[in-house]
Amino acid sequence: MPPSFQTLATATVLLLLFTASAVSCASLPPEDGIRIVSAEKRIDLTGPIVKVYLTLKVENVAAASDASQVLLAFTPTEVQHLAIVKATRAEGKRKKKTYVPLAVEASDLATSAPNGANLYSVLLDAPLKPGETITLEVLYVLTHSLEPFPAEISQSESQLVYYRDSAVLLSPYHVLEQVTYIKMPSNRIESFTRVDPTSRAGTEVKYGTYSNQAPNSYLPILVHYENNRPFAVVEELVRKVEISHWGNVQITEHYKLRHGGARHKGVFSRLEFQSRPSISGASSFKNLLARLPPRVHSVYYRDEIGNISTSHLRIGSHKSELEIEPRYPLFGGWHCTFTIGYGLPLQDFLFESDDGRRFINLTFGCPLLDTVVDDLTIKVVLPEGSKNPQPIVPFATEKHLETSYSYLDVVGRTTVVLKKNNVVGEHNVPFQVYYEFNPIFMLAEPMMLTSAVLLFFVACIAYLHMDLSIGKSS
Amino acid sequence: MASTALDFLPAPLRSLRLKTKQQELLLRVSALALIYVLAFAVRLFSVLRYESMIHEFDPYFNYRTTLFLSENGFSEFWNWFDSESWYPLGRVVGGTLFPGLMVTAALLHRLLRALSLAVHIREVCVLTAPFFAANTTLVAYAFGREIWDSGAGLVAAALIAIVPGYISRSVAGSYDNEGVAIFALLLTFYLFVRAVNTGSLAWALASAFGYFYMVSAWGGYVFIINLVPLYVLVLLVTGRYSQRLYVAYNCMYVLGMLLAMQIRFVGFQHVQSGEHMAAMGVFFLLQVFFFLDWVKYLLNDARLFKSFLRITLTCVITVGTLALVIGTASGYISPWTGRFYSLLDPTYAKDHIPIIASVSEHQPTAWSSFMFDFHILLFLFPAGLYFCFKRLSDATIFIVMYGLTSMYFAGVMVRLILVAAPAVCLISAIAASATIKNLTTLIRTKSKSPQVTSGKTTGSKAAAKGAVDQSLPFQHNAAIALLLGAFYLLSRYAIHCTWVTSEAYSSPSIVLAARGHNGGRVIFDDYREAYYWLRQNTPPDAKIMSWWDYGYQITAMGNRTVIVDNNTWNNTHIATVGRAMSSYEDEAYEIMQSLDVNYVLVVFGGVTGYSSDDINKFLWMVRIGGGVFPVIKEPDYLVNGEYRVDKGASPKMLNCLMYKLCYYRFGELTTEYGKPPGYDRVRGVEIGNKDIKLEYLEEAYTTSNWIVRIYKVKPPKNRS
Repeated sequence: MPPSFQTLATATVLLLLFTASAVSCASLPPEDGIRIVSAEKRIDLTGPIVKVYLTLKVENVAAASDASQVLLAFTPTEVQHLAIVKATRAEGKRKKKTYVPLAVEASDLATSAPNGANLYSVLLDAPLKPGETITLEVLYVLTHSLEPFPAEISQSESQLVYYRDSAVLLSPYHVLEQVTYIKMPSNRIESFTRVDPTSRAGTEVKYGTYSNQAPNSYLPILVHYENNRPFAVVEELVRKVEISHWGNVQITEHYKLRHGGARHKGVFSRLEFQSRPSISGASSFKNLLARLPPRVHSVYYRDEIGNISTSHLRIGSHKSELEIEPRYPLFGGWHCTFTIGYGLPLQDFLFESDDGRRFINLTFGCPLLDTVVDDLTIKVVLPEGSKNPQPIVPFATEKHLETSYSYLDVVGRTTVVLKKNNVVGEHNVPFQVYYEFNPIFMLAEPMMLTSAVLLFFVACIAYLHMDLSIGKSS
Repeated sequence: MASTALDFLPAPLRSLRLKTKQQELLLRVSALALIYVLAFAVRLFSVLRYESMIHEFDPYFNYRTTLFLSENGFSEFWNWFDSESWYPLGRVVGGTLFPGLMVTAALLHRLLRALSLAVHIREVCVLTAPFFAANTTLVAYAFGREIWDSGAGLVAAALIAIVPGYISRSVAGSYDNEGVAIFALLLTFYLFVRAVNTGSLAWALASAFGYFYMVSAWGGYVFIINLVPLYVLVLLVTGRYSQRLYVAYNCMYVLGMLLAMQIRFVGFQHVQSGEHMAAMGVFFLLQVFFFLDWVKYLLNDARLFKSFLRITLTCVITVGTLALVIGTASGYISPWTGRFYSLLDPTYAKDHIPIIASVSEHQPTAWSSFMFDFHILLFLFPAGLYFCFKRLSDATIFIVMYGLTSMYFAGVMVRLILVAAPAVCLISAIAASATIKNLTTLIRTKSKSPQVTSGKTTGSKAAAKGAVDQSLPFQHNAAIALLLGAFYLLSRYAIHCTWVTSEAYSSPSIVLAARGHNGGRVIFDDYREAYYWLRQNTPPDAKIMSWWDYGYQITAMGNRTVIVDNNTWNNTHIATVGRAMSSYEDEAYEIMQSLDVNYVLVVFGGVTGYSSDDINKFLWMVRIGGGVFPVIKEPDYLVNGEYRVDKGASPKMLNCLMYKLCYYRFGELTTEYGKPPGYDRVRGVEIGNKDIKLEYLEEAYTTSNWIVRIYKVKPPKNRS
């Protein structure tokens, strides 16, 4: 395989360059005396989204000062594709392990890192005293990090992708001992960079153990393997949540979906696709699964030109599952837009807080499983007459207010708009919108309707009792 | 009776009881309200069974233009040049359509929006036809009252609410011109008859506006502009000329003509086209008649008047004929169009205009479809004519003429049953109403007779009338039996209409439903699958070649440019496509290159047994193509005059583009258990050419049931 040899060669060159730079930059000392005793990096490449689990054993060796934060380093490309970073502190051993979630924020110490690497700091709940050791579990998710190669495949080929990373942990600290595991979905691994010691067992490639790595070391690796999981990318998702205090929460979701994998080239043969489903169009997907809240009702699934008749709904007590099938199977590069709508009982989502305000408790993110949302907009349409809306979301989002109009609206409904890029399944956490609402406004619309009907009848009576003719009626 | 029933009530409530007249009004209003609701509700089968969607072919164009109108405003719509259809010619949409329907729907949508009802324009479009059908019942009631009495009006409203001939074109989703046009047609007629009856300028003006609305909505206005002068002529000949008629016709014609000229698509046709000349002739004739009448009154001398009459008539006829001859010869007055000819002569289209003959709704009507669409009205119609002749008036003459002419046209073309439906309903309503009224009068005279003696005065008049027929034996029983028979017939009619509506006229034709092996409903949604695929996965400027039937749907749902569509204004362009479809692949490739075609779409039913597919339409493509390009000869595709696709088919057939595109790789597919692969379930044969190789095209997409197949035209090869 000539291409992989070539890439291997370039990778080696890169590696040399990087180690050189790493050595030159290693002179910058870390802030405090933190060093990583042992690090384990597990990269999960089985899906379309890359998940990296880090287990770091961190020690403070400084003589005097306490450490309040631990820094994580990411390359500029990683930061571009980074969807979420979560950190927990593990306590106890083995089965009695408990996890304490820790806050993570982008650090402004970027200047200290070489080659444009960005730093994120994990804020510790209790300062790490000199000589103490803690274990941190970090999960970060990278989207759009698997590059299909070849970039265009025909119907009968399966999809191969590249993944680029470093064999060693990129860290501003001294790493004493480190190992990296890469898990792939199938046995078909075309090539992987060797940075000895490297070994492969089945679907897993192990790099390491490496010991005594200088801060900011980077050893680029490249993995080329088969990944036929659906690369469903939601380019744009607009979720509209309409609250009616008469007992319903109506959710409408507009999807713009794309198959983000290797582009389909040449013919699409229905005959092949029907008769040899396992090998024909292996990377394409026919259906998607959406996880909806329990007690969902009035579900619909349509697009600009009408209903799509292929979907299945399973309603359970803990969750409902909606299996949707686009009008056509999605091959690489094919697009598809559709709309899902459903109603939910109000009492499951709307609550009254202690200060008399109401709040609606909803789930952020996208209900489709295993998808990346490039551009998510959530619009929470509050009932007419609501005041002082205040959204509370556990991570940074763009927020603004607008007014929308629906049935029988006079002044319009206050709408809270939340926007976020690069959303993955880990973002499906609850968020709240607090607002003030006077129940008297609930009666506005029925009153309007009644008075309209009343006026109509009065007009009828008046008409029947009036003589509108100019001349005298005979 | 009401007084006795309410006697036990306390005094203040007793004052609420209604007088007989009020009771009758209440009954009438509630019956009309129920009929109104019924007419709307019976048309909703398709929405309940499928979804709120636009049906068929033409409605998709109407929907697309309405969408454009509501998004861009009227002046943009009026000046819209649509480059997405008839590539590379394009279409001046504003000048080539009847805007009535779109403007109506857009206005309704705006009105609902103004009432802060956030409905989508699609819902408005889907429900426009049922809404107007419901309104038609009101017009039918008024019309029936005008020509007979309010009882006949009510029966007419009830009959027209569910008559299948009208429902076929006005179910929810069939968003077509006819939906509003029948309302406009009947309204114009009603207002005109009203104007003739009253001689009132106001009603004549109203009928001119009704005519304007009709002209803006449908090309069928030609029927009005020919029927009304014919009616005037008949009144003149039968000596029923009156000032009322003069006022009504002149006002309606002059104003209606001027108003109609505001519609760009119609333009100056009222003074320039042969089809409209009858109205103008009658207009002048009426002036001459009036003038002569006046001269006769002034002269007061029979001999003198006779010679004057002779001179005037000679002059008028000479001038009229000269004007007509010069106008026709100089080309100022256009001759009758082919469509008009084909209306008068059913065989004309078959010989001269294959594109009109190829449409199934333009075929002459079979007896069965008369029975299907009118049911008992077919028997009531002659009876109604009898009643009309028995009580001849200006109004009944009109309805008789409307009924007879429209029945003739309904016999010429299937789709014109629609125009005949209101007339048939009105005339039948007269029959039904008059019969039932007579029968009930008979029954009431018998039952009321003891009451007459007890001093009640209500039955005395009827009793006196009934006393004349007292001599007939078993009269009472016979009347009851006949009444029961009438009710039986009418209830059969209601049952038939509901059944026809639900079974035959409520399928959207874009979604096909069939029964599966286990009795469950199977939906074939292949059309939309293909159109949506085109919309999402082809370049936005891609040009799609398909037979013209699918043009509107591709532009509306697929949002892509088409070569030809259902507005069949350019026969040559359609023939070019027909020629490409019936040529060998390399010849077709040259045609497709010259038309910039990127994708070719064919409809193929061989897998599912869907019979209205392109292979079955193929002979029309050959005929239409051959009509312009003589290289295409129909006999080349037939074997001994027989059309076949199996091994015995002609070599030209087996290798033409349409055959190849439909059956590409079909030979490897087993469609039915126990049959060889490549068994076509529509034609019921094994196909003749199983080894199809495509050189210039490649399969781009085939829908899940193979109904729609899309091929990509490969770019030209590099010169080597």
